[in-house]
Amino acid sequence: MKKFYEQLTDKEQWKGLLMGNHAVARAMLEAGVKVITSYPGSPTPEIAEALNSVPQDMRDYHFEWATNEKVATEVAFGSSINGNMSVVFFKSVGLNVAADSLVQLGLMNLTGGLVVILGDDPGANSSQNEQDNRHFARMSYIPVMEPATPTEAYKMFLEAAKLSKKHQMPIILRLTTHVCHAKELISFGAIGESNGYKAEFDVNNGPYLPITKTVFPLKKKAMEKLDLIRKESERSPFNNIYSPFGCKEINGKKLGIISSSMPALSVMENLDKAGKPVDLLQINFSYPMPEEMIAGYLKDKDEVIIIEELDRIMEYEIKALAFDRDIKCRILTRKTHDDIMGELTSDRTWDIMTGHWPEVFESGIKPVTQPFANPRIPQMCPGCGHRSAFHAIKQALPDGTITVGDIGCHSLGFFEPYNMGEMLLSMGHSNGTAAGLTIGNEKRKVLAFIGDSTFFHAGLPAIINAVLYDHDFTLVVMENGTTAMTGHQPHAGTGEIGEKISIDKVLESFGVKFIRRIDTYQQKKLTEYIKESLDHKGFSVVIASHPCMLKFMKQQRRKEGFVQKHVEIDQSKCERHLTCIEDFGCPSFVKNEDGSITVNEDLCIGDGSCRPTCPVSAIDFKKEAK
Amino acid sequence: MKDLNIYMCGVGGQGIGLLAEVMLRACHKAGYDVKGVDTHGLAQRGGTVVSHLRIGKKIHTPLIPSGKANIVIALERLEGARAASEMLDEGGKVIYYDAEYQTIGNRLGKFKYPTHEELEATVKAKNGESVRVFEEELSDPRMQNIVLIKKMIELEWIPGVDTAIVSEALAELMQGKMLEKNLELLKA
Repeated sequence: MKKFYEQLTDKEQWKGLLMGNHAVARAMLEAGVKVITSYPGSPTPEIAEALNSVPQDMRDYHFEWATNEKVATEVAFGSSINGNMSVVFFKSVGLNVAADSLVQLGLMNLTGGLVVILGDDPGANSSQNEQDNRHFARMSYIPVMEPATPTEAYKMFLEAAKLSKKHQMPIILRLTTHVCHAKELISFGAIGESNGYKAEFDVNNGPYLPITKTVFPLKKKAMEKLDLIRKESERSPFNNIYSPFGCKEINGKKLGIISSSMPALSVMENLDKAGKPVDLLQINFSYPMPEEMIAGYLKDKDEVIIIEELDRIMEYEIKALAFDRDIKCRILTRKTHDDIMGELTSDRTWDIMTGHWPEVFESGIKPVTQPFANPRIPQMCPGCGHRSAFHAIKQALPDGTITVGDIGCHSLGFFEPYNMGEMLLSMGHSNGTAAGLTIGNEKRKVLAFIGDSTFFHAGLPAIINAVLYDHDFTLVVMENGTTAMTGHQPHAGTGEIGEKISIDKVLESFGVKFIRRIDTYQQKKLTEYIKESLDHKGFSVVIASHPCMLKFMKQQRRKEGFVQKHVEIDQSKCERHLTCIEDFGCPSFVKNEDGSITVNEDLCIGDGSCRPTCPVSAIDFKKEAK
Repeated sequence: MKDLNIYMCGVGGQGIGLLAEVMLRACHKAGYDVKGVDTHGLAQRGGTVVSHLRIGKKIHTPLIPSGKANIVIALERLEGARAASEMLDEGGKVIYYDAEYQTIGNRLGKFKYPTHEELEATVKAKNGESVRVFEEELSDPRMQNIVLIKKMIELEWIPGVDTAIVSEALAELMQGKMLEKNLELLKA
C-alpha cells in the first residue's frame, strides 16, 4: 500500500477516494505550481495537510504558512510576476485580510499565473459570518470558478491554472465547505516534467505601479481580459444543461432552473426524483457570466427559477440580462430572508421549487423529522489551559468589567459557564475594540484576549496603538503554542518554522511597561497578576500560557509505556458545591441523577488542573493510575 | 441493491473521522459507488461531529437530506437520539455505542440527558430497528468506533462489507501497533 504522499506525487495516472481539498493539492502538482502560500482557516487547511505530507526533499514546490492572508497573497504575487505558477488559499473571511493587496491583482500582468483558492462557508460552520466572496471577485475584476464536487474541483483547478497563465490574470477557485470536505473516487492525470523556478521579473511586463494616471490603462486592460474570459465561460464544459427527462411544456409552460455549484447538485437530485420534463442550466464557471448561453436558455423557457446559495448575485445579473435583451421569460427567485442563509440542501431546494411550481413538484412528502432540543455546544477540551485561565481570571475581575474576545479556541469562553469575551469582530480586533471601550470610561475595567497565532497575524498594529496612547486596559495573551482551532499549524511564535519569535521580547521592544507571564495551571498566581494588571494605570499585558493539551496528549499517547492518568472525586469529602461543574466546567465531570459528581474516564486526561478549584479538596489523582 | 444513506455521528474526539473513512473505503471496496462528506467545524472541541455516506449509482450530492438516513451509526447516546429524531427515515436502523457524554446543558440541569429507552422509543415510533452496543472491558475509549464497525459487520446491514474488507481499509489508514490492536479487536 502506497503512502498518501507517494500517491499524491505519483507521476503516473491513478484513481483514488479523495476529499476536495486533497484533490486540489494533487491538481497543483499536475499543473506545475511552484509556490503555494496560505494562512490556516477552515475549511481549507487540508490542502496544506496534503502538501506538507510530502517530504521536503521530494517537493518540486515551495509551500509556506504566511503570517496572515495578506502576506500570503503578496508572496504568491511576487513569485507569479517572477514567472512562477503560484497559488494562495485561505478561508472566506481570510479574504478580508488579504483584500488590500488582492483587489489590485486584477490590474496586474501575472506572468506566471496565479490561482486564488477560497474556502467560503455557507452555513457558517466554522466562521464568524457566511460572507459571499463572489462580491469581491466583481469588485476586483477577477474571474470565478465554482466547483460542485471534488472531481470538478480537481478539473477546474487545472483549467484555472491554464487560463491564468494564458491571460496572465488571477482566477478565483471558490470552494465551499462541503466541496472541500466531500469525498469521492477521482481519476487523476499524470505529472509532467519539472520546469524549475524562474526569476524573470521584467518591469516591461507591467506597469506594476498603479499611481494616478497609470491606474486607468490597467483598469481598462483588466476589463478587456474579463471580456476574453467571458468567451471562455461561454464554451466551458463546466456550464451545461442537465436534462434527465427533457424539457416539455407542463400546463402550457416550459420550465427551467438556473443554479451553480453544490445547490445545482441538490436541484439535480430533485429533478431525478420528480421525473418531470424540467431541466437545469448549471453555471459553475460563473464569472464572467456566459451571457449568450444564459440568454439562449431563457428564450427557450416560459419560467425559470434562479437557485443560488447565499446572496442574490446571479439573480440580479440574469435579470439585468433579460431586461436588456427584452427576453420575456418570467424569472422567479428565492422568496424569503431564510433562503439567503445557510446551505441549500436538496430538501431546502425542493421547498423553493415547490413554492413556485406546486403542481409540478408536490409538497407534502415531508420527512419524519423532529427537532431535537438538547444542544451540544463546543467546549474547551479536558485539560485545556484556557479553562484554567478563564476560571482564574474571573476571580480577579471587579463587577462591571468588560471582556473583549478574539478568534481562537478561547472564543469558546463566551459560552457557559465562563461568559467571557463578550464581543468579536475579526482576527486581532480585541486590542482596538478594547481601546475604544476605555475612552472616557472611568467606571469600568476593560480586559481583552488574544491568541498567540493571532498576536502575529493581525494583533500587532492595535497593540502598538495601545502602547502609543497608553490605553488603559489589560491584554491577556492566551498562549497555547500552536494554531489550535484549525488543526495545530505552526506560527511565528512556535519555533517550528524559523527561530521562535518571543512574544515577551516583542512587547518589551514596543515599550510595554507591565508584562507578566504565567502558566495558567498556576491559577492563584494568575488571579493575582490579573488584579495587579487591572490596578496598573495604562496598557498592561499578562501572557497566560499553557501548551495545547489536545496536541500534547496526542504526542504522549504515541510514546512507549504511556499510561493514561485520571482524577477521581472522594465522595466522602464532596459537599456538592458543584464548583467543578458550574464554574470550572470541565466536560469530564458527570452529574449523576442522585446529585453526586463522578468523572468520565473516557474524557479525563488526568491533568489535574481541576484540583485547586474544589473548595473542599475532594478532587485528586486516582490512586491506581499513579 | 437500493440506494443507502448512512449517517454517522458522535462527539468531537471520539474517532468519528476514522469511523467514516473506514466505512467509506470499505463500501467502495465492496463494489459500491460512494460519496461522503464530513463536517469538521469545531470537531475537536467536544461539539457534535457528523459524517454522511451515500451509496448508489445516481447520487449527486454527498449530503443526506434530513429525515432520509436509512442507517444511523452513533458513537454516543445523545447524538444517537438526535440523529434518530432529525435524520432517521421511516423504517431506518440505528446502531449506537452507549457512551454517555453529557453536555454543559445536561450538567447545569437545563436539559435532561436521554436514556437509552428514550432513544429506542424514537426509533420504534419510526418503525425502525435499534441496536445498542457497549463493551464493558474496552481498554481504550478511542476504539469504540471499531467495536461499532465489528457489530455492523455481524448485522450485515451493508451486504459485502465484511471483516476482510474492513481490515484492508484499516491497513490503508494506520500501521504498526495501532493497526495490530484494532485488527485484534475487529477479529476477536
